Amino acid sequence: MQILIKGARVIDPGRLDGLMDVMIENGFISDIKPQGSLNVPSGCDCRIYDAEGCILVPGLIDMHVHFREPGQEYKETIQSGCMAAAAGGFSAVCTMPNTYPVNDNSQVTRFIASQAKKSCGVKVYPAGSISKALDGKSLSEFAEMKEAGIIAVTDDGKPVTNSLMMRRAMEYARSTGLLVISHCEDLGLAANGVMNEGTMATRMGLSGIPNAAESIMVLRDIALCGLTGARLHIAHVSTKESVAAIRNAKKTGIPVTAETAPHYFTLTEEAVQNYDTNAKMNPPLRTQKDVDAIREALGDGTIDAIASDHAPHSQVEKAVEFDQAANGIIGLETSLALGLRLVESRVLSMTGLIEKMSVNPARILGLETILAVGVSADITVIDPEKAWTVDSAKFRSISRNTPFDGWTLKGRAVLTMVNGAVIFDEMPAQV
Amino acid sequence: MLQFNHKDILDITSLSVEDISLILDTAARMKEVSERPVKKVPTLRGKTVILYFYEPSTRTRTSFDIAAKRMSADSISLSGSSSSMVKGETLLDTARNLEAMKPDVIVLRHPSAGAPNILAKNLKASILNAGDGMHAHPTQALLDMMTVREHKGKLEGLRIAIIGDIAHSRVARSNCIGFTKMGAIVTLCGPLTMMPKGMESYGVRVTYDMNEAIRDADVIMMLRIQKERQSGFFFPSEREYSRLYGLNRERLKSAGPEALVMHPGPINRGLEISPDVADGPNSIILDQVSNGVAVRMALLYLVTGGARNADTD
Repeated sequence: MQILIKGARVIDPGRLDGLMDVMIENGFISDIKPQGSLNVPSGCDCRIYDAEGCILVPGLIDMHVHFREPGQEYKETIQSGCMAAAAGGFSAVCTMPNTYPVNDNSQVTRFIASQAKKSCGVKVYPAGSISKALDGKSLSEFAEMKEAGIIAVTDDGKPVTNSLMMRRAMEYARSTGLLVISHCEDLGLAANGVMNEGTMATRMGLSGIPNAAESIMVLRDIALCGLTGARLHIAHVSTKESVAAIRNAKKTGIPVTAETAPHYFTLTEEAVQNYDTNAKMNPPLRTQKDVDAIREALGDGTIDAIASDHAPHSQVEKAVEFDQAANGIIGLETSLALGLRLVESRVLSMTGLIEKMSVNPARILGLETILAVGVSADITVIDPEKAWTVDSAKFRSISRNTPFDGWTLKGRAVLTMVNGAVIFDEMPAQV
Repeated sequence: MLQFNHKDILDITSLSVEDISLILDTAARMKEVSERPVKKVPTLRGKTVILYFYEPSTRTRTSFDIAAKRMSADSISLSGSSSSMVKGETLLDTARNLEAMKPDVIVLRHPSAGAPNILAKNLKASILNAGDGMHAHPTQALLDMMTVREHKGKLEGLRIAIIGDIAHSRVARSNCIGFTKMGAIVTLCGPLTMMPKGMESYGVRVTYDMNEAIRDADVIMMLRIQKERQSGFFFPSEREYSRLYGLNRERLKSAGPEALVMHPGPINRGLEISPDVADGPNSIILDQVSNGVAVRMALLYLVTGGARNADTD
């Protein structure tokens, strides 16, 4: 089986950028040549995509998603999550460990891997928990989970409150060759907050979470990173103070990386108006100043990656009083289009966006995504001009909790390929 | 008669100056019903009012219940502990079930800010907010405005000092919005631990000095201190709180002799207000309670269609 994708603008940041034809054979990229130079012999078992006007990039990677299996399959299964990822243009995801049971031991890791194998082909890289049952009290068995397939450790959803324990986690992760992903939140300071602290929260009568609840922990973890030399990745950065702390740390050579989510560069706390629980997440949506700082940090490289923090919840958790509602929104199927708005508004170049959504996540997680002859074909084809309206009812995800429902966006993935197999396509193919 | 076009009363923000004046005028007329030997008019005969209180309440619930009964509406009282809430039913499910029994008005008291908004969005019945979390308590603000207007003859230009735990107070929020909307000048006072961010955006003044707050005030509104707040590091001791922010006879002197003293209740005697001031000549605390019935009668009347489709008296 041969697949020929013709005439796309092929971007592999730092390596390729031009109109080219790409041939895929037996799961691998077999040829990349200037547009018009590749053809398939007639009568062969092959498929041809005319991708003129599209962009062909290394498969996108969402390094922060919550699939709810095991435990809450009514919100998302590994299979439905993978379908949503493929439809969003992602060839790989990193799943957070806060399932039920928690991914704190190798059996759970193996279960996730086996479910992923039965899914549509999206590569699922699980993160294991830092602490057993996410209780922040004793370390999970990092090495054994690594053998079973984890590529990072995190207690995402919660911080590791005890600084000594976080130090030990970083030391142990470093010696076992694992990345530490940190959800930065000072729980005492966040107290019972349910949205950003400020005038808006005061007016709505909701308890607020100050920016400092995040940046205090960012600063602590950067200090511990300096102390231990572990590879530290800060999850879902939402405040301008966190951005400043990370920028500063990078200047001094501390091995820290960071991600933000599309909602943090797209929405402000205003989205919470009318007590919309689909705009409730942790960290909360902040102010325009923070949004501006996040965008600037994406532009100058302080923030390395865009990850959706895809957090499926059902009506049971969301169609309730605001302060009772679960935190989180889904993002796999809107992430790319929201990222493309950054290109539109010149915060990032197209190449820059691909770095944030593919190259950098791969580098941080220790994966490979390049477009070259002989490598396994993980490819995303994007139609950057295709306008579409978000309709959560049509999502592949089981859940519908998005604040972007009804938005008109421009640009989406039209083909996703993993190991040379097309796992999602919206482009006509010539067979 | 002026037009009243609100299906629900969720907060003071969504009411115009004209709406508020109409409500206060209507309430002033309703008040007379409570003075009659037979305290009942047939105005809301055949209307059903559900009082749904997820949070404990004596004053507000009784006041709504009496208001409904004086208007000849049928009122049914439900509390959090006697409802399906304890069986794990969601607010929306409970509300939809109540709606299926065709009530005209649902009065909701709920610990979560925005809970009445959920009902208003989903139900045909009129929703009256009887207090939601720290968000709003519109009927309290209306009865407070009514009481002040009754005593001072106006609201415009009056100096109102609101003292205490502003952060957790829906009464303070609704009164800030209401009184400033009606042209009064509001000063808020309390320790910074109990002063939420951005109160100045309501067009009010904020001070941490009680003497400054009540100097020349026409109205001093004291807020209840919830004793359990001490564990959230809001103030070191009741003793120190009372010294800095309690209203006693000595301190009252720095306000004018005509200053009115108010409190939404329930009172912690000796903590935020001394007994002699609570019971003293400046206190209009019980007038607030009486007017609560009148304001709630007016609101029930107005949201159910007022003169348009009520039985004639």
